[in-house]
Amino acid sequence: MDVMTNCKLSFGPLLFNWSPDKIRDFYFAVADEAPVDYVYLGEVVCAKRHKNNGHLPEIIERLEKAGKRVILSGLILILDDRDMALMEDAAAMAPDYLVEANDLTLVSRLRGQDHAIGPYVNIYNETSLKYYETGGASRISLPPELPADSLKVLAAAATADLEVQVFGRMPLAISARCYHARAHGLHKDGCQYICDQDPDGLTVNTMDGQPFLAINGLQTLSHRYGNLLAELPELAAMGIHNFRLSPHDVDMVKICSIFRDRLDGKLSLEEANKILEEELFALDFANGYYHNIAGLKQVEG
Amino acid sequence: MTNRTPTTKKLELVCPAGTPAALRVAVDAGADAVYMGFRDETNARNFPGLNFSVDELAEALDYAHERGVKVLLAVNTYAAAGKGDPWITAVDNAARLKVDAIILADVGLLDYAHRTHPELRLHLSVQASASNAATINYYAREFDIRRVVLPRVLTVPEIRAINQQIDIETEVFAFGGMCPMAEGRCSLSSYITGKSPNMNGVCSPASAVSYVQEGRDLKTNLAGFTINKFGPHERAGYPTLCKGRFSTNGDPGYLFEEPTSLNVTNILPELIEAGISALKIEGRQRSKAYVREVVQNFRKSVDAALSGERLIIPMDNLTEGGHNTTGAYNKKWM
Repeated sequence: MDVMTNCKLSFGPLLFNWSPDKIRDFYFAVADEAPVDYVYLGEVVCAKRHKNNGHLPEIIERLEKAGKRVILSGLILILDDRDMALMEDAAAMAPDYLVEANDLTLVSRLRGQDHAIGPYVNIYNETSLKYYETGGASRISLPPELPADSLKVLAAAATADLEVQVFGRMPLAISARCYHARAHGLHKDGCQYICDQDPDGLTVNTMDGQPFLAINGLQTLSHRYGNLLAELPELAAMGIHNFRLSPHDVDMVKICSIFRDRLDGKLSLEEANKILEEELFALDFANGYYHNIAGLKQVEG
Repeated sequence: MTNRTPTTKKLELVCPAGTPAALRVAVDAGADAVYMGFRDETNARNFPGLNFSVDELAEALDYAHERGVKVLLAVNTYAAAGKGDPWITAVDNAARLKVDAIILADVGLLDYAHRTHPELRLHLSVQASASNAATINYYAREFDIRRVVLPRVLTVPEIRAINQQIDIETEVFAFGGMCPMAEGRCSLSSYITGKSPNMNGVCSPASAVSYVQEGRDLKTNLAGFTINKFGPHERAGYPTLCKGRFSTNGDPGYLFEEPTSLNVTNILPELIEAGISALKIEGRQRSKAYVREVVQNFRKSVDAALSGERLIIPMDNLTEGGHNTTGAYNKKWM
């Protein structure tokens, strides 16, 4: 069975509004049980949710003790003073931790130091990749929209470690407007943190009842869950060795194990997909972006 | 509201030129500057029948410059990996033809243009989504950009605060289509249709659109998804995917944005006071008649505002769904 050597798994930053205790319990389990190499922590979607990160010091300690590398992620959209303060907090951690910038404000603060760049920074070509690498980016998580042809070119040009998301709802848009508040007839300023009702995002249906997208506060996500299990060997062959799993309110330890076993050649693609589908029986998967078609499409191997 | 003190500040009216004919209309109707793209994937209005060849741009420059109007070239998509030649060629042609400025979003291209053509004036596209003073100053420092087109996520007080912290010009959207998402950071269109603004210069492309009559209702459809349904007395709009009716738990509604157009004529004095240098009218895909009427109206409204008057022009006949909004300029929008 094929073994993909040198491949690392990561948990991307949690995108959803979970309670502090739920977050702590989740990451403690990750620390103790998940075969994951890197864990991104920190609020990326909405600065108002930062209050949920009260247990962050204990979480970091537990993950590091378990041998996981912690990366701190910054906000996607930085508009007001609250966003700016959170961005500065992340920048201040840069000497001690690898910090991942998800917008140009934090990129500009981290330039000249070793840092990471997240999938919310537009890197579509080798020239912009080089620009960010020259500025000190040593780890770059690429936008989900990129097709295999682009990934191949970027992988051939990169000196930084490149990462691609291989599991979870794909981030598609960010807004100053809060769609969760709007869906509940509330204003952003008086949102009542209503996004906490939907630990994986809230499904958006068309008027004909077709599942269309998912909203997560200021963010819009794919309705379908990205799944690039089938594409792992090709990605590894291109020279992309870092694979991101985006956390959901499911058994992420198990999902991580499926991807790990697949990379280690302990599971065939068929076996891995079968276990994943049993675990997430109600979900639809997608890999269309990779195949240069509509992102929601699923191309069967 | 009382009139404000007249200001001597100049406010540049930047108007869309989807075609050479529309360019002449915009120039004659009172534009201070026009903007356009080349006829390929290098610009964010890569629609059939639109845009300029290199020769047409050369002629357009003559026509505009003879009348004292500036020409800004938009190369505002992201260059494709391994296939960057059209973007590099577009930047080189812009420099060779001496456009008044080039509007860029991709840092790779900004870096190239800045290093290769130091004489070429650079504007930062809205597609770069530079949403705060720190980021704008960064782009100014790195690439010597001279103007930023602000993303449509900022309130007027936020725009004022930004202008106090930067040394370059700001341009804001004044009229036309409105993205509720941070521009240049949205791939909803490619998720549903396979084509996106960043990679293909299109959003909700016409090739994916169909209209289906269902009894008395007209259904608008994008790549097989129902974007909206209209009764016999409703005016059907184009199925831009974020302007449709969707449901989360209850009744369907305009979850992301109503089918509405931005119109800032009623807040022009406040925008001028906030320190903006230019107003942008969206609509390179619009008809000549539309361009003429909008530009003429804005010419009047801007001239009035610059002499301390508030001239509100609703232009309901020119707006999507007959509605208009001041969008994020008013915090209530969020």
